[in-house]
Amino acid sequence: MAEWLSPAEWQAVALSLRVAIWAVLLSLPFAIFVAHALARWEFVGKQVLNGLVHLPLVLPPVVTGYLLLMTFGRRAPVGMFLEQTFGFTFAFQWTGAALAAAIMAFPLVVRAIRLSIEAVDPKLEHAARTLGAGNARVFATITLPLALPGIIAGAVLGYAKAMGEFGATITFVSNIPGQTQTLPSAIYSFLQVPGGESSAIRLVAIAIVISMTALILSEYLSKIIARKVRGQ
Amino acid sequence: MTVQINIRHAFDGFDLAARFDAPKGVTALFGASGSGKTTIINAVAGLLAPQNGRIVVDGRVLFDSKTGVNTPPNKRKIGYIFQDARLFPHMTVRQNLTYGRPTGPIDAVVDMLGLDSLLGRRPAKLSGGEAQRVAIGRALLSNPDLILADEPLAALDEARKSEILPYFEKLRDHAKVPILYVSHSANEVARLATTVVVLNKGRVTHAGSAETVLSDPTVTPTGVRSAGAVMQARVVTHDDDGLTVLSIGASNLIVPNCDAPVGTDLRLRIAAQDVMIATAPLSGISALNTLPATITAIRKGDGPGALVQLETGGAPFLARITQRSLTALGLTVGQTVHAVIKAVSIDR
Repeated sequence: MAEWLSPAEWQAVALSLRVAIWAVLLSLPFAIFVAHALARWEFVGKQVLNGLVHLPLVLPPVVTGYLLLMTFGRRAPVGMFLEQTFGFTFAFQWTGAALAAAIMAFPLVVRAIRLSIEAVDPKLEHAARTLGAGNARVFATITLPLALPGIIAGAVLGYAKAMGEFGATITFVSNIPGQTQTLPSAIYSFLQVPGGESSAIRLVAIAIVISMTALILSEYLSKIIARKVRGQ
Repeated sequence: MTVQINIRHAFDGFDLAARFDAPKGVTALFGASGSGKTTIINAVAGLLAPQNGRIVVDGRVLFDSKTGVNTPPNKRKIGYIFQDARLFPHMTVRQNLTYGRPTGPIDAVVDMLGLDSLLGRRPAKLSGGEAQRVAIGRALLSNPDLILADEPLAALDEARKSEILPYFEKLRDHAKVPILYVSHSANEVARLATTVVVLNKGRVTHAGSAETVLSDPTVTPTGVRSAGAVMQARVVTHDDDGLTVLSIGASNLIVPNCDAPVGTDLRLRIAAQDVMIATAPLSGISALNTLPATITAIRKGDGPGALVQLETGGAPFLARITQRSLTALGLTVGQTVHAVIKAVSIDR
C-alpha cells in the first residue's frame, strides 16, 4: 500500500488514523460520564451543560477552532500553563488535531450514548439496588453493559467525525505536513496545487474505504452485542 | 422479627396514610389498584421517600422523616420480588441468582425452587413462571431481613399462578423473615396470608390476622365470588371409608382426600358461596358437614347478594346468600343457625 501512495499521502493517512483513534479514546470516558449525567441525574445547570455539549455541533467549526486557539495556543492562558508545568503543547502538534477532533466529535458521541442509556429500563437498576448494589456497581454491571451497543455506535460515529474533521483542526493547528496535516487537510492542499488531483483522488478513495469499513464493522459489532445483551 | 410501618404521602391528588405492623409470616396488603399498596411497598424498599413517616424493620430504623434517616435501598437488606420479575437480561440465571450474594452456596434455594435445569439459561429463554421462580430465588439469596412481593402472580395466567403459589407457601412456612405481599386477589390472600391489611383509597380499613379479617363481611364486596374465610383445623382421625375428621374449635368437619397425619394443623379455606344456612336442624340431606353456628354480622351487597358472618367454636367464616333468603328466613345477628358446608379446600 505504501508503494502506490507517496510518502506525503501515506503520512496524512497514518496521521489521520492516529488522530481519530486518540480523539475517540480521549472523548469516550467523558462522553459516557456526561451522557449518564444527562440521562439519569437531575441537577442545577443541566440545560446549560446540555447546551455546552452541543455547541460544537452548531457553531461554525472555524469558531470552535479559534476558541481552541484562544484557550490552548502558545500565548493563551491554559496553553501557557500546560507548557510551563508539563512541557506539553497542543498548538501546531498532532495532539492539538486530536483535541480538536475530540471536541468536534463529542456532541455526536454523547447523543448516541445518552439515547442508549435512556433506553436502559430504570426498573432494572432499581432491582439491582434492592439486591445491595451501590451506584457504582449498578452502573458497571447493569447500565453500562446494557448500553454497550449504543456506546459502540457512538464511538464509531465519533471516529468517523474525527477522521473527517477539517475546519476546527486547520484553524487551531494549521496544516503542517507530517505534523497536523490530516486526510481532509491533505486533500484540500493537493487540490490547491496544479497536478495534485491524482493524489487527492487516491486520498478520497482511502477516506471512503476507511469510513465504510468503520460503519460496517460498528453495525456488525452492535448487532452481536445487542443480541448478547438481550440474551438471545 | 417485625416490621413497623407508618407512612404519609400525598401525590397527584392521592393521599396515603397507612400505619400497621407486619409480624413474621405473610402480611398481605390487600386492596383494589390505586389503593396505595405499591406506594407502601416501594417506600419500604427505599425506592420512594414518603413525605412523612417511619419504617422500622426488626428494630432497625430504615426511614424516619423526623430524624432525617433514609437508608438507601442497597443498605436496607430487603428482597424485592417484582410483578415483572425484572431479571437482568444480559446475565444467565445463575448470575442473576448470585447478584445479591456473590459468594456462598446457592444449592438449597436452587433445589427448593427447582431451578437446577435453568441455571445456564438467559431470562429471554424462560417462561413467565420460570422467570418468577428465579426472581424469588434471587431475592431470597440476597439474605434479606424482609421480603417484599408486589403482585408477583398478577402477570401470570391461571396455570402459572397455581405453579408459583406453592413456592410462596413454602416461603411463608420456612422463611424466618416477614413477607409483605401485595395483592388484589382475594383468592391469593386467602391462601397465603397470616396477617391481612386492607387498604382502600390510601387508608387502612382493616388489619389483623387472616382468620379475623377475611371473615369480616365488610372486607370483601359481596359481588366477589372468591370471598372466603380461612380457618385453622387439626386432623383428628382417618376413617376407613377414606374420609378424614378435622376439628375446628369445638366442631368437626369431614373431608375427603386428606393424607396429613393425625394431629397435623391444617389451613382450610371455606368459600362463602359453599356455605348454606338453615334455621332448623336438617335431615335427609347428602351434605356431611352441618355445623351449629351463630350469626355475628350481616352485610347486604349492592346487588341481590348478602354476606353473613358466622361463628362456630370461636372460628369465624362467611356465607354468601341472597337477600331474598335473608328476608325469608328472617336472619338476625345473634341468631343460632345451622351452616351447611358444601366444600372445603385444604392448603397444607
